[in-house]
Amino acid sequence: MKPAPFTYHDPTTADEAVALLATHEDAKILAGGQSLMPMLNMRFVVPDHVVDLNRIDGIAGVRDTGDSIEIGAMTRQRDLMRDGVIAAKAPIIPAALHWVGHFQTRNRGTIGGSLCHLDPAAELPCLMALYDAELTVQGPDGARKVSFAEWPLAYMLPSIGPDELLTSVSVPHWGGNTGHGFVEFSRRHGDFAIVAAGALLTVEGGKITRAAISIGGADVRPIRLTDAETALVGAAPDAAENKGAFKAAAEIARGIEAMSDAYVSSAYRQRLAATLVERALSAAAKNLNGSA
Amino acid sequence: MADTRDIELTVNGESHAANVETRTSLGDFLRHGLGLTGTHMGCEHGVCGACTVMVDGEAVRSCLMLAVQANGQEVTTVEGLAEDDGTLNALQAAFWKHHGLQCGFCTPGMLTSLTAFLRDNPDPSERDVREAISGNICRCTGYQGIVDAALDAAKTMQKGS
Ligand code: FES
Ligand code: FES
Repeated sequence: MKPAPFTYHDPTTADEAVALLATHEDAKILAGGQSLMPMLNMRFVVPDHVVDLNRIDGIAGVRDTGDSIEIGAMTRQRDLMRDGVIAAKAPIIPAALHWVGHFQTRNRGTIGGSLCHLDPAAELPCLMALYDAELTVQGPDGARKVSFAEWPLAYMLPSIGPDELLTSVSVPHWGGNTGHGFVEFSRRHGDFAIVAAGALLTVEGGKITRAAISIGGADVRPIRLTDAETALVGAAPDAAENKGAFKAAAEIARGIEAMSDAYVSSAYRQRLAATLVERALSAAAKNLNGSA
Repeated sequence: MADTRDIELTVNGESHAANVETRTSLGDFLRHGLGLTGTHMGCEHGVCGACTVMVDGEAVRSCLMLAVQANGQEVTTVEGLAEDDGTLNALQAAFWKHHGLQCGFCTPGMLTSLTAFLRDNPDPSERDVREAISGNICRCTGYQGIVDAALDAAKTMQKGS
C-alpha cells in the first residue's frame, strides 16, 4: 500500500504547472489528494510525474464579482463551508458539503479536485450542474471557459486536456426570493450518495418564477430535470397548495435513465430520485429568504 | 533513482530536517522517519481515520498527504497532546475515565480529530460528536465510551477556560 515511485513537482504558479503538464508525459495533478492519494497508495494509478498544486498562489479563495461567485479551484471544501459570501449567496453549497466525506477529508479536499475527479455520485458536480457553473481551464495557449453542462464527457471523464488545469469556477447569483434544498441517500454518513438531489426555487408574488433541479448518482453525470423545472414555473411554492406540482416533478425524476450496479438497481435509483427531488423541492420552498 | 527532497517541519513543537523520498506519506514519515509510532496506519486509503494528525491545526489523514507536502508546516501527533508535565490532558483523561478505548488502535485518530473538533465546537451535542467521529472507525468500543468521553471533556475544558 505504498505509491510506486514518481517524480514530484511543486510549481508555485499556474503557468508553471501548465508548462510541467505540457512537457511531461503521464503526469497526474495532485490537488487535495483525497481521491488521488488512495489510488496512488493502492497503485490503481502509477504516474511517472505528480504535479502538486498546493504551493500555487492565487488559485484558492472566494470572490464576489457582483453577479457571480468566483471560486478558486484549490479552495478547500472546509473553506467553502466557512465562507461568508457563499453562506449569504449560495447557502446550498455549505448545506451539501455536510454530506461530503468527513471533516478531516474536507480539510484537504478541494472543489477543483472533486470536479476533475468527477465521481458520478459526488455532491459538488451535482451542485455545479444545478447552477450551470462556468469553469475556467488554463492550457498552454491560454484560458478557456467551459459551461458545466459541457464538462462531463463520459464516466469520470471531464472535458479537460492532459496539459490543462482547472483554475476557477464561477457560480452565478440567483438573487431574489430564493430557497434551496439538498438531500441525498447513502448507506453510511460520508459515503458517496447512491442518489442526491438539489433544488433551487425563486418565488415572486406567491408563484414560482424560476426553478432548477439536479440529480447526482443516478447516471454517469449529474442530470438536470429541465422539463420539471419549466413545469414548476407559475406553481405555488407551498406543497399543500400547488396541486401536486412537486409530485409531478418527482414523477419526471422517476423517468430518468439510471445506472445499475452490483448493489443498487436502476429501478431503485429511479425511486430514490423521485423521493429525493420531492424532498429537495419541499425544503427549498420552506427556506425562501431572499438571500440565496 | 529515488526522487527525494529535503524538508523541514515542526512536529509537536520540535523542528526536524530530513531527506524524504517524495512518495512517502506523512504518516509513514512520522512513524519510520521520526519514530513517532503513536500515529497508526490502518487502511492507508482514507477510510479508517486511525492515521489522523493535525497539520497547521487542522485534522487531516496522514495517509493521504505526502511528507514533502508538510514541508514548512506544523504537525501535531497524538504524542504531542499530553500536558507539558506528561500527564493526560482533559480529553485523554476523559477517554480513560469513560473507557473510550480498548485495543487503542483507533485512539490516536480519535484524539487528534476530537482535539481539533472541540477547539472549533466547544459545546457540541451528542449528534455533533457522532458526526465528527463518523470518519474514524473503532472496532472495539461501540463508540459509546468515545462519545461520552468527548462530551465530558468538552464540559471540563469549558470550565477550565
Ligand atoms: S490509514 Fe489513513 S485513513 Fe486509514
Ligand atoms: S479501541 Fe480498538 S479500534 Fe477502537
